[in-house]
Amino acid sequence: MKNIIYIVLGLIFGIILTKTEVISWFRIQEMFRFQSFHMYGVLFSAIVVAVASVQLIKLRQIRSLTGEPIDIARKFLNWGQLLGGLIFGLGWALTGACPGPLYALAGNGVLVMGAAILFAILGTRFYAMIRHKLPH
Amino acid sequence: MEIFTRPWPWYIGGPLIGLMVPALLILTNKSLGISSSFRHICAACIPGKLDFFRYNWRDHVWSFYFVGGIILGAFIGGVLLANPNPVAISAQTVSELQALGIHDFSGLVPSEIFNLGSLLSLKGFIMICVGGFLVGFGTRYAGGCTSGHTIMGISNLQVPSMVASAAFFIGGIIMTHFLLPYILAL
Repeated sequence: MKNIIYIVLGLIFGIILTKTEVISWFRIQEMFRFQSFHMYGVLFSAIVVAVASVQLIKLRQIRSLTGEPIDIARKFLNWGQLLGGLIFGLGWALTGACPGPLYALAGNGVLVMGAAILFAILGTRFYAMIRHKLPH
Repeated sequence: MEIFTRPWPWYIGGPLIGLMVPALLILTNKSLGISSSFRHICAACIPGKLDFFRYNWRDHVWSFYFVGGIILGAFIGGVLLANPNPVAISAQTVSELQALGIHDFSGLVPSEIFNLGSLLSLKGFIMICVGGFLVGFGTRYAGGCTSGHTIMGISNLQVPSMVASAAFFIGGIIMTHFLLPYILAL
């Protein structure tokens, strides 16, 4: 039952996302209209803490409790980050939710987000179908 | 009870989100990321004959447990410990959205758009279904979402994640300021 740890970590993440209101369509609108510091404060403080943690892990060569050295996959620059990023941004401002919040909103009882998740899966499927024609 | 139901300020929630990164790395040696769950669902359920889904999705089931946990945690935080007040967005945002025809500010999302019935309207279909499709397509093309790039990728000082995060914001600003007014008028 080693998978319980993922449920527990996900559960904590779900509570944080909900209580910090980053799953709110209104908060996302407020962010893209530059009318409050809230979302920027959340993102910047999250990034600062995450950067400090990861750099400390690398500097001290901290090992995972699984016993292995901690391994973070490197990402490589290609057109996808720019073009795919723009496309995701367009969708983000429509649904008011990126993938984590889509799931969290469903858990909040906004059941119609189940349709958004279904279409996100179809969007991923469509990407797989046409990716050989896209610039990378 | 109020202490459990009220929303958290950015300086509590933001650092806690950041701590998810070392928590996952140290406890499980996994990198934070949510959008890949869509890919694993495709690989498990509708792989077709596509190379992109030709891998053993069972190696990634942790992603399904993590997402299940998010849904459960959101239920605890948002339903059992629901904040009874509307999201406290700025007065300026409220008046701009009112001018675009949004009037119900009581929930996390405008319920006049995000309800099951509105899936049958053009406006609702674009906001929910087309929006979801663009999220799924764009995150996979970009190789990650706000979690995988903006938090996890940047924490590892990856330039591609910084480019992706800038693109996320530019896309969101284009939609909010240039396209959304027409969509909300439908």
